[in-house]
Amino acid sequence: MADGKFRFPAVELGPEATELRREVRAFLAEELRTGGFKPIADSWTAGMSPEFSRKLGARGWLGMMWPKKYGGHERTALDRYVVTEELLTAGAPVAMHWIADRQSGPLLLRFGTEKQREEILPRIARGECYFAIGMSEPDSGSDLASLRTAAKKVDGGWVVNGRKIWSSGAHLCHYMITLVRTAPKEDGGRHDGLSQFLIDLKSPGVSIRPIKNIAGDSHFNETVFDEVSVPDEMVVGKIGDGWRQVVSELAYERSGPERFLSTFVVMREGLREIGADADARSDEAFGRLAARLKTLRRMSLGVGSLLQQGQSPVTEAALVKDIGTRYEREVLEEMRRLLPARPLGQSPDPYGSVLRDGILYVPSATIRGGTNEVLKGIVARELGLR
Amino acid sequence: MSDNDNIIVDTTTRLLQDLCTPSIVNDAEEGKWPTVLWNALEEAGLPLTWVSDELGGAGAEISDGFAVLKVAGSFAVPVPLAETLMAGMLLAKAGMNVPQGPMSIAPVQPGATIGLQGGVLKGTTRFVPFARSVKHLVVLADGNVCLVAAGDCSMSHGISLAGEPRDDVSFDGVKPLDVAPAGEVSADFVQQLGATVRSVQMAGALQRILDQSVEYAMERVQFGRPIGKFQAVQHNLAELAGEVAAAGAAADAAAEVVADPSIDADRRAAEVATAKVRVGEAAGKGAAIAHQAHGAMGFTYEHSLHHSTRRLWSWRDEFGNEAVWAGRLGRLVAARGADNLWPFITGE
Ligand SMILES: Cc1cc2nc3c(=O)[nH]c(=O)nc-3n(C[C@H](O)[C@H](O)[C@H](O)COP(=O)(O)OP(=O)(O)OC[C@H]3O[C@@H](n4cnc5c(N)ncnc54)[C@H](O)[C@@H]3O)c2cc1C
Repeated sequence: MADGKFRFPAVELGPEATELRREVRAFLAEELRTGGFKPIADSWTAGMSPEFSRKLGARGWLGMMWPKKYGGHERTALDRYVVTEELLTAGAPVAMHWIADRQSGPLLLRFGTEKQREEILPRIARGECYFAIGMSEPDSGSDLASLRTAAKKVDGGWVVNGRKIWSSGAHLCHYMITLVRTAPKEDGGRHDGLSQFLIDLKSPGVSIRPIKNIAGDSHFNETVFDEVSVPDEMVVGKIGDGWRQVVSELAYERSGPERFLSTFVVMREGLREIGADADARSDEAFGRLAARLKTLRRMSLGVGSLLQQGQSPVTEAALVKDIGTRYEREVLEEMRRLLPARPLGQSPDPYGSVLRDGILYVPSATIRGGTNEVLKGIVARELGLR
Repeated sequence: MSDNDNIIVDTTTRLLQDLCTPSIVNDAEEGKWPTVLWNALEEAGLPLTWVSDELGGAGAEISDGFAVLKVAGSFAVPVPLAETLMAGMLLAKAGMNVPQGPMSIAPVQPGATIGLQGGVLKGTTRFVPFARSVKHLVVLADGNVCLVAAGDCSMSHGISLAGEPRDDVSFDGVKPLDVAPAGEVSADFVQQLGATVRSVQMAGALQRILDQSVEYAMERVQFGRPIGKFQAVQHNLAELAGEVAAAGAAADAAAEVVADPSIDADRRAAEVATAKVRVGEAAGKGAAIAHQAHGAMGFTYEHSLHHSTRRLWSWRDEFGNEAVWAGRLGRLVAARGADNLWPFITGE
């Protein structure tokens, strides 16, 4: 009884991981020195840089776990973890390839056809091919299974009509893995009759409209599909298996360190700003945040090791994401309490600028990838309450 | 964790299920020593898990002892099992023979000291856990580990929020039964060990209150359905589950390093501090959620929820509370500066 339902195995990172970490840090230091990037908060959604993504690809830091024959590097999930946490805490611009590397590639590896893997995975691993997630719709958010974008069967393929919304980066992406209804709801349960298509965003009939967010940036989009033809060879996995596939995709989407590190740079720059003025109050504040961060990281590494063992740690990931995103917000509030206020509109200094972005982006942390209410529902189900 | 852990956890769990019932815990609070329980723990060799065979103990791994303490924490064990384990470790680290019977350690308050001059102890120290119930006290005095007969000391009784003995002990003029140089056992080590032990006990108690709350939420019916069907209740309990998981992870991390002198001192201190801060926070939040889910029933003395929650509230304040350890952790952070923050978090 003393160890409960939720498993967070202890992880010992080996000497190879240490060496890898050293390499990534050296690379990032050099990039910073030569002006390759400016550290930002939420850099995995806000930092779009194809150039930077290609540099990572060239170093073998994308598609790390995939087979070599698909351009991968056959490293472990924990090696990938080390690379991603170093990139995130540096505030590096990794948004362009993030979704492809994190979930679309693994999805294709698991469910895609040989042709899809051969054509697309090497391009993702080189940092040249970017993906958008086509799940949410105007009337289907948390209740994803209610979606209405539909595909009609025609000779040799499908014709898609409908709209997807909030698709991050779609305006700059090559493909969207799109969840659509391929059989009417009446024919089965609400999770039946859904399928995933690999849609080329240059296809005729696709139009993409950027939507400005509260930070003034246009990162997410509305994507309209008007009589879009999708050949049979672009179906991902099995027709009708879309829900099962999307659940496994969400396990990748929710389980990484980006779910608690989005505001790390604010904590770091806050510490720099306080510098020699550190006192008992700031020590206690940083100590509390460091304790939370260390604990979250240990739990998150545990999730990483479950992924490595080939498990799908859905509830553990939901738990870490729920606590992690609330921690991200707490970092900002704590820094505000410690440091003198300043007008944040014009990004005055390194600290002010990451704090500004942190405050304006953090409301999305507890919504994107499944709201915290939805996540708590997943945990409650595991507890046996639903 | 060693392979032994599961066996030890199973043995301990079965033993406590039989012998550490809620009525035994209540009786202990009334001052009735649970002889049968203590004897069974001794027969199983659990109190001296951290002492080698040569020195009279069970010679198991450090992780085994912490596994036992997590289970014991979940059963609100009302005897000085944790204190005897710690006392055994201090004696063993000083190479001293370890006696049978319950023990405790002193001093336990941060910054408190006891003197040793001409073979005689001097000083009074506060809040010694279970002092009146034990046969021996292990005292850190002027760089020595001393084994003292508890009966030789004068005491004034006090109790914790959980109704457990926390006595003030005067050592003035007491001659220890045995003395040895403390070596690596410093006052700070005692604080770190105590903080880790309390964190692990709290992790166990938190797991218990989660289990109890889920069970209650599925049984208690209001508005025609189990209260666990209400989303507000579900979300509270999901939050409790998160606190429990975080507490377990933080406590384990400290338990892995606290007694290993080969690990860098600052790293050890950081893990211990992380545990006491994070588990202490979880204790406060977790106890509140568990009580909320139990309604008035959980507020009664009759219900056993308070066996765990009152211990959580007392343990989180012992061997340094969240503020003390957060301050220490924050000083380690500040001393390294912004560019070393992440390396400090990863430990490399
Ligand atoms: C920055 C950002 C990027 C995104 N990127 C993508 C993307 O690339 N691709 C994509 O497909 N989607 C994307 N999303 C969409 C995201 O997945 C949805 O926003 C999310 O699933 C919630 O849906 P919604 O916004 O429609 O909110 P709603 O579902 O309408 O929820 C509104 C509120 O009601 C609550 N609520 C809803 N149902 C329940 C319930 N049953 N019980 C309790 N509370 C409930 C929610 O928790 C929330 O607080 C993105 C969102 C953001 C903010």
